[in-house]
Amino acid sequence: MSSHDPKTSHEQVPAGMAMPNEDVLSGAENAPDDAASYIAPVSRHAATMGDPNAKAILEVKDLKMYFPVKSSGIIRRTIGHVQAVDGVSFQVPAGGSLGLVGESGCGKSTTGRLITRLYEPTAGTINFDGQDISKTSARGLKPLRREIQMIFQDPYTSLNPRHSVGSIIGAPLEIHNILPKKQILPRVQELLEIVGLNPEHYNRYPHEFSGGQRQRIGIARALTLQPKLLVADEPVSALDVSIQAQVINLLQDLQDEFGIAFLFVAHDLAVVRHFCPEVAVMYLGKIVEIADRETLYNRPNHPYTQALLSAVPDVKQAAIGGRRERIRLEGDVPSPINPPSGCRFRTRCPLAQEICARVEPPLLQIGKRHKVACHFAGELGKHPDKPVTAGLLGVDDSGTPDPGASPSVDVGNEPGFADTWFDLERRTMASA
Amino acid sequence: MFAYVIRRVFIGVILLIVMSLVTFVLFFASPVDPGRYACGKNCSPAQIEQTNKALGYDKPVIEQWTDFLKGVVVGREYPDDPALRAAAPQLVVECPAPCLGYSVVNSVTVNEELKERFPLSLSLALAALLMWVTGGVLFGVIAAVRKGTIVDRGIVALSLIFYAFPAFFIGLFLLKFVAIKWEIVPVPVYTPIAEGGLGLWLQGLFLPGLTLALLYMAGYVRMTRAFVLESMSEDYVRTARAKGLKSRKVLTKHSMRAALTPLVTMIGLDFAGLMGGAIITETVFNYNGLGKLAVDATVTYDLPTIIGLVLLLGTFVIVANIIVDVLYAVIDPRVRVG
Amino acid sequence: MSSFLSVRDLKVHFPTVDGIVKATDGLSFDLERGKTLGIVGESGSGKSVSSSAILGLHRRTSAQVSGEIMLDGVDLLKLSDEDMRRRRGKDVAMIFQDPLSAMHPYYTVGNQIGEAYRVHHDVSKKVARARAIEMLDRVGIPQPDRRVDDYPHQFSGGMRQRAMIAMGLINNPSLLIADEPTTALDVTVQAQILDLLQDLQRDFDAAVIIITHDLGVVAEMTDDVLVMYAGRAVEYGSCKEILTHPEMPYTWGLISSIPDVSGDTSAQLIPIPGNPPSLLNPPSGCAFHPRCTHRDKVPGDLCTTVLPELLPGTRTEGHLKRCHLTNPDVVYEREILPEIAPDLVEER
Repeated sequence: MSSHDPKTSHEQVPAGMAMPNEDVLSGAENAPDDAASYIAPVSRHAATMGDPNAKAILEVKDLKMYFPVKSSGIIRRTIGHVQAVDGVSFQVPAGGSLGLVGESGCGKSTTGRLITRLYEPTAGTINFDGQDISKTSARGLKPLRREIQMIFQDPYTSLNPRHSVGSIIGAPLEIHNILPKKQILPRVQELLEIVGLNPEHYNRYPHEFSGGQRQRIGIARALTLQPKLLVADEPVSALDVSIQAQVINLLQDLQDEFGIAFLFVAHDLAVVRHFCPEVAVMYLGKIVEIADRETLYNRPNHPYTQALLSAVPDVKQAAIGGRRERIRLEGDVPSPINPPSGCRFRTRCPLAQEICARVEPPLLQIGKRHKVACHFAGELGKHPDKPVTAGLLGVDDSGTPDPGASPSVDVGNEPGFADTWFDLERRTMASA
Repeated sequence: MFAYVIRRVFIGVILLIVMSLVTFVLFFASPVDPGRYACGKNCSPAQIEQTNKALGYDKPVIEQWTDFLKGVVVGREYPDDPALRAAAPQLVVECPAPCLGYSVVNSVTVNEELKERFPLSLSLALAALLMWVTGGVLFGVIAAVRKGTIVDRGIVALSLIFYAFPAFFIGLFLLKFVAIKWEIVPVPVYTPIAEGGLGLWLQGLFLPGLTLALLYMAGYVRMTRAFVLESMSEDYVRTARAKGLKSRKVLTKHSMRAALTPLVTMIGLDFAGLMGGAIITETVFNYNGLGKLAVDATVTYDLPTIIGLVLLLGTFVIVANIIVDVLYAVIDPRVRVG
Repeated sequence: MSSFLSVRDLKVHFPTVDGIVKATDGLSFDLERGKTLGIVGESGSGKSVSSSAILGLHRRTSAQVSGEIMLDGVDLLKLSDEDMRRRRGKDVAMIFQDPLSAMHPYYTVGNQIGEAYRVHHDVSKKVARARAIEMLDRVGIPQPDRRVDDYPHQFSGGMRQRAMIAMGLINNPSLLIADEPTTALDVTVQAQILDLLQDLQRDFDAAVIIITHDLGVVAEMTDDVLVMYAGRAVEYGSCKEILTHPEMPYTWGLISSIPDVSGDTSAQLIPIPGNPPSLLNPPSGCAFHPRCTHRDKVPGDLCTTVLPELLPGTRTEGHLKRCHLTNPDVVYEREILPEIAPDLVEER
């Protein structure tokens, strides 16, 4: 059945104007095709473990991306900016993974695209393997493209339907003149085998594969140049549940085998928990909390992280009747064109007080590997009554500048974690 | 929206100016001496020189072009050379703004030429438009609703047949058989509304309009059919059905409204194109429209007429585009913002 | 006494040039008012096709629907097209997955909600609009009298889904089908919408069918669960029973392929190998057999040759499963649970 014309896989729908939206009749999922019925070997995995001492391969500091908003007048002026990413700092350890989570519009995908330099950042530095790539020219980026690759969300639209799988995967080798023509095919077959596809299927077209297999093709393409960093933008959210796990485990295999570092951008908190030993939570262009997995999921200190986690249905808990109370967040995320003053989350925050509108909370390190940006940081149900940050910022408890106070700690926006941190209980600096 | 239109008009004017310059330069880049053509075959070198002076061909191209632009804004007089005008004041031709030039070949200003031909071409294009849009949409929707049946196949096949026949064949067939031999309708003669009223005007436009409409209809049938079918599989059409709406209402209110939006773009462009492009039909029915004028002007190397036509038709395309965009915003609320 | 909704041997077949696509092949279930049934499955399992059949959305020209759908004593499949149309949107309503594409981009939200009311009530546009405002208010849209004149694209994703729910409930239907109602939404918005659906169900006393691939949604929302694979029910029972003591390897696969936000991080993520099958040419015997890792526990070639019946499981009468395994409860306790939830095993 491999003779399917690219068009027919969608046209074998029965005279179907009233067809239900389900993929039953349209996708290659059901094409009676041996490419789709090839059963790849699967692996099983526990959650990835991180090495806290690994050197950072990517260090991002104060990264900003403002998209201009034009007026609709006769002369189009820039009348504002969408502050998609606004001062984000983080590290990705070599061979490790950082998860970037948040809801739509929080800037996580834009951050991913900035790292791959699909956009040029408005400000900030992107230090990759010792080199700042935030301002590198298009020409200078070419060698970089080998080192940083991207996996996209939609396996249906991110592959060119007119190119065979072999040429999709082999194209980077040709573009970068890495292998002589003769050796490209063996390498493509090797890659197909690595990602669990039949190596004999290199001359087939994307439509002959199912969604999960297409995502494997996308991964093979990203692997072609043996990158050091993969930016995975929602790599499994378009896939069926059973296929999601296949792809996550495949990525884990690849990380183990080739030591690839991942920036894992996703909205699914459970998937991120499984894949990333370290996780950053974003809200309206800023990181509100970043911590190692255990801390972030078991002892989140930011009210947004807490709300986010409580909103995720927990199958195993619910099944044994142990349903947790949800924290209801009212309303919608405000516009990134005109974000709220002070803390961006304050308009929906159950803890918000005066200081939150006046002063933006710094991303403060409060544990060995834990930073949080909240004036009232604390574990769920144990949030302090008075802002913990007031003394540090030289303001009083309502947020007005206090000339008497002298900031006691330097709260920079450095990527990574320091050896000393601010102890919330004692309100002094502490160290391990 | 208003600001948007202003911006588009502004860009349109710049585009027209550039078009006029390109036409000028192209014209003079050709190996033909325009003065020689304007004057006629048996002119002596002196006569040619005089013609050149009268029409301003003796000046550099750029200067001629600026003179032309000035004429468009404030009008001008012919002959171009002031000495010639002073020598024979009785021969001076007034060409009021917007002056598009003077055609020596036809001894008349270009404005006069266009004014004479324009109503016919516009009427013809309108008549054709009306017929092909009505027919195209109607048959397209029927074909879509009856998809896969004999009705559907019949409509698609028939429209293809008409599309495959050249315009002169359909035109001649309608003229020789329908009008002359079988006398089903009178032989078409163009009569302006002012002279013969609405009835005669329509009568004159029926057959030539139908010729053009049959040609264009094929595309519209197929597009309407495709768009309606596509919109029928949209989620919002399913929603409309899930509400319990009658299928007729689902079709007219939900499906067709979305399906016909892309047609608006096509209509605008096809209409503007038809203004100067109905050459064959005009020739078959011996109608003096803009298309025929364009062919004649090209053959006789009548520069002023050609430039005038280019600008008029260019304006039409630009205006049609602006109207289409505005209509789009009216139809689709999502376009209205920004 | 039969149930409020009782579906028996529902089949939806689509004839194509390549053969018959059996999208739904013999589905039976019951549902009472005030109760929620979750239909779980992956794309192509037939879950949406089945629910569209209950609403009578399949055109006779493209689909062959057979079986029995008894709603409140009336067989919907025996109704004429016109009678079915009169019930659609009134007795049975549906809300769809992606509210951006499920609402017409050219008409205001109020117009579309009001239209749903006017189809079944002979009232003026003004009355319908007032009713739309009332419903928008009911589903928690702020300033409903102003937002009623907005277009769908001016709403956020969560608000559009609320508007969609308002549209579905405006005629006070006794059966509401929600097709992946929260799949396109963020988690905090999903939580809002699920809460809202539960509230409204209590108020309207409707029977609700939630179609989803998300076991989390199932766990929080449903009373009963029907797991579908390749057009057939493979497991059916109470939500708690199915999620704690599943007895069909496909259900095990679903449960073990999703990571959790809490619990032991040493829990394994175990995918189901392979891909969903073709409905045009489904595998012989048990449709799941090519992907099943427990096939070797069944003697002979039963799995590849004989389609297992949907029979009561080992624990409770109402728990049905379609599998040849004779001791699925033991296999699950010993082989699956320790891998995917080591912490739960200790608790037990």
